[in-house]
Amino acid sequence: MTIASNTSSGASASVNLSSIVATAEQLIDGWELVVGLEVHVELATKTKLFSASANRFGDEPNTHIDPVTLGLPGALPVLNRHAVELAMRLGLALNCRVQPCTFHRKNYFYPDLPKAYQISQYDQPLNIDGWLMLPGDVRIGVERAHLEEDTGKSTHAGGAEGRIQGSDYSLIDFNRAGVPLVEIVSRPDIRTSDQAKQYVSELRGILLAVGASDAKMEEGSMRCDVNVSVHKPGTPFGTRCEIKNVNSIRSVGRAIDYEARRQIDLINGGGVVKQQTLHWDDSAGRTNVLRTKEDADDYRYFLEPDLVPLAPDAAWIERVRAALPPLPAARRAVLATLTGAGKESEAVAVVVERGQDEYISAVAKVGGDAARALIYVQQAFAEEPATPRVPAGDIAALSLMEKNAKLTSTQAKTLLAELVANGGGDVLAMAKAKGFEAMATEALESIVDQAIAADPQAWAKYKAGEQKAIGALVGAVMKLSAGKADGKAVTALLQAKASS
Amino acid sequence: MSPTQGTGRVDRAHSAGRTVVDIAAAVANGSLSAVAVLEENLAAIAARESEVHAFNLVTSDRARERATQIDADVQAGKKVGRLAGVTIALKDNMCTRGVETTCSSKILAGWKPPYDATVVRRLADEGAVFVGKTNLDEFAMGSSTENSAFGPTRNPLDTSRVPGGSSGGSAAAVAAGFATASLGSDTGGSIRQPAALCGLVGVKPTYGMVSRQGLVAFGSSLDQIGPFTTTVADAALMMEVIAGHDPLDSTSLPQPAPALLPVLSQGVKGMRIGRITDMPEGSSPDVLAQLEAAFDALRAAGATVVDVQMPSMSYGLTAYYLVAPAEASSNLARFDGVRYGLRVDAKDLNSMYGATRAAGFGDEVKRRIMLGTYALSAGYYDAYYGKALKVRRLIADDFAKAYTKCDVILTPTSPTVAFKFGDKTSNPLAMYLCDVFTIPTNLAGHAAMSVPFGTGEAGLPVGVQILAPALGEAPMFRVAAELERAQ
Repeated sequence: MTIASNTSSGASASVNLSSIVATAEQLIDGWELVVGLEVHVELATKTKLFSASANRFGDEPNTHIDPVTLGLPGALPVLNRHAVELAMRLGLALNCRVQPCTFHRKNYFYPDLPKAYQISQYDQPLNIDGWLMLPGDVRIGVERAHLEEDTGKSTHAGGAEGRIQGSDYSLIDFNRAGVPLVEIVSRPDIRTSDQAKQYVSELRGILLAVGASDAKMEEGSMRCDVNVSVHKPGTPFGTRCEIKNVNSIRSVGRAIDYEARRQIDLINGGGVVKQQTLHWDDSAGRTNVLRTKEDADDYRYFLEPDLVPLAPDAAWIERVRAALPPLPAARRAVLATLTGAGKESEAVAVVVERGQDEYISAVAKVGGDAARALIYVQQAFAEEPATPRVPAGDIAALSLMEKNAKLTSTQAKTLLAELVANGGGDVLAMAKAKGFEAMATEALESIVDQAIAADPQAWAKYKAGEQKAIGALVGAVMKLSAGKADGKAVTALLQAKASS
Repeated sequence: MSPTQGTGRVDRAHSAGRTVVDIAAAVANGSLSAVAVLEENLAAIAARESEVHAFNLVTSDRARERATQIDADVQAGKKVGRLAGVTIALKDNMCTRGVETTCSSKILAGWKPPYDATVVRRLADEGAVFVGKTNLDEFAMGSSTENSAFGPTRNPLDTSRVPGGSSGGSAAAVAAGFATASLGSDTGGSIRQPAALCGLVGVKPTYGMVSRQGLVAFGSSLDQIGPFTTTVADAALMMEVIAGHDPLDSTSLPQPAPALLPVLSQGVKGMRIGRITDMPEGSSPDVLAQLEAAFDALRAAGATVVDVQMPSMSYGLTAYYLVAPAEASSNLARFDGVRYGLRVDAKDLNSMYGATRAAGFGDEVKRRIMLGTYALSAGYYDAYYGKALKVRRLIADDFAKAYTKCDVILTPTSPTVAFKFGDKTSNPLAMYLCDVFTIPTNLAGHAAMSVPFGTGEAGLPVGVQILAPALGEAPMFRVAAELERAQ
């Protein structure tokens, strides 16, 4: 939503100088990119924002409808308390202030907008003035996160490009009409396309963590509009363009990169960026003009007379705040400390995103090796739910056997795959059945000696400092031990022999 | 047809002078049959409806079925409701399940709602029998019922005159004995003014007291449903049934329905009756004479009359004609030919919208949609809609000040008695002035009612309006009952 004189992102106002400045390596040919995001998310409520129809995706069209959804004459909206609570939860997770708020009507004609107005929030939104922290402690301001209702879904048949102009007919599914949305409007604090992707990804993590939305971009329950402008550092912001239909995190990056380049080339070629709404064509990898500012709609916002102001009391707000679960950033920090991995570790990020961090804590609690568990979970649990089927004790046992050199890493990997396939198992028995017992040190030493004797040239090279030569020796040991030797132990033994 | 000469008296012959209270009691105790009551009304309709045109639809079959059922319930000793066998007409902007609801507009012709308005359900639950859907100014926009797409309603007291509007059909239906009572909706006077012009009691409840769920919206922040009856007690009983919190209307007040029947006998001794010293001018002398007589009657009954000021009252009209059309422009945008009602096919979407709305709406509706759209437009909002909201606040402040000095305020309901057809149709502003005394109540969200009090020009009834603060229904009904006794 764009509000009259209070444009949120990449503003065109001439005095808009930001204190957030891109680093030299973030500049594009000397131009600074300024990005703001408007993200719509569907709330995970049972029913719609203003009626009792089910809020469910993917069902038979027009099965979750009622007089309110269809905007039948005389039907009145009744606000869904759970939607308000989820929106508050999200607002508080984004460090917003929850304030007394009102609903407005946004008036425009379109077949999938049954009342010919959308009930939204205008100058008094529910959540304001928050922020979201990106990895690397980059803080992105959140201007507002307000409640509104979704429209129906149009499908235009025949004619050009699936648009209503020139189509033979249009089909409308009103199942989505009236589904509760929160629109999260960032400040224009984003300076690179990577930051924009991180913002969306982090926001998604927060949405999932607080249970506000299933945040599935591919199903449209999370949708991004991207505002892009470019300017020279230290000068006022450039004219922004808003890109719609950006339906994946990858597309967010691509659309911004494309649009930044388009604007820079345009200006460099002596052109002027016009304030426009653009449509991202993902397959063509380019933006197309939807409309220019001159033919923008006048939405004639006014206070929705069918609803009363909403003023969550302090007790309610505090109850919601107190019930907030730990958020991804905090959970990453906890997991990084527990496993000894870095805060920016990809394994940590992936595992927290899957919600499997609790599981690793559980493995550690029963005495398992957290660092190894992190790797196991990252590598083998992609298809597992947040609480994997494999008992934490089994993973703990596996991690200890590998740590104590009772298993080689290859053997451990084999057993891990089997644990996942079977939903758990007795690791010791499984290792025995496969004949996986890491070799005792004495047995290993004699095999290492055999390998040295068999390839004196390699041994001489290695002793002379040629590190590469160790490969042939380790390989020989593995062969002689039929794979039961632990590669690390073999390397350590060879190193010890060479330096003695 | 030859116009009936005004008699100043509501013709109750067809309903045998029966009231809501009488019928409900008699039907419940088995001394009167609901079918007999209904047949009297249907006979009156057969005799005069072609002349009066109170209805868009008479639902005689459904009504007969319903009345028969009620009689059977009484015979079987089942408990029947507080309105058992009471025949009621509904303004055709209230949704009735499976029964055409048109708002007297071509754009909704043929539309059958899949649900009942809350008021309809509440009346039905108490045993009411619905006679039909009554004519109105299209979408309740007007003060004479001349703006109906289906032709005007005539005042049964003098068929050369209008019944008032916009709830003219509901007023005429009761005045002609077609129904014992009816419901109207009041956005700027649409119950009170026709009640005055047809010699009836008409109530505009406090905003939020009666659910709007199922009322096709005109000006959502102003609309209220209320009853037309021949007596104050009937209005009190109707209010007790239809009022009270409704979870389906977010603007519904939390209070249960007020007990109004018990206050009717309390008299007005010690009450303070406000007389506005700076009242807008333009009322005819016959109307002002009756207002004075009403003050005298209340004084004689032990009330005191106190002077109050309402300096913002004359701005009410201007503010109203920005707020109501602004809301209407948005409320009526849904009539777009896509999902229900009229559709005029055209070459593309925008042409279909245009053709449908051009053919479906009448002139007055179009005028108000344009006014309202303009008032809300970027660059004009502050000067028009924004300013109107400030005037609204001023009016509420003036009322608040006045009510520190008095319990209720008396004014004329309408500046004149019922006027002739065509008198004001060529001049919208003259028509809008009909509502100068009624509009401020809607802007403030307060309660008001009109009670017949004497006659004026041509022997036609005069209505006196009782204004009361929000939730002031009880003192308002005490005064109404006193004025009725003084007749």
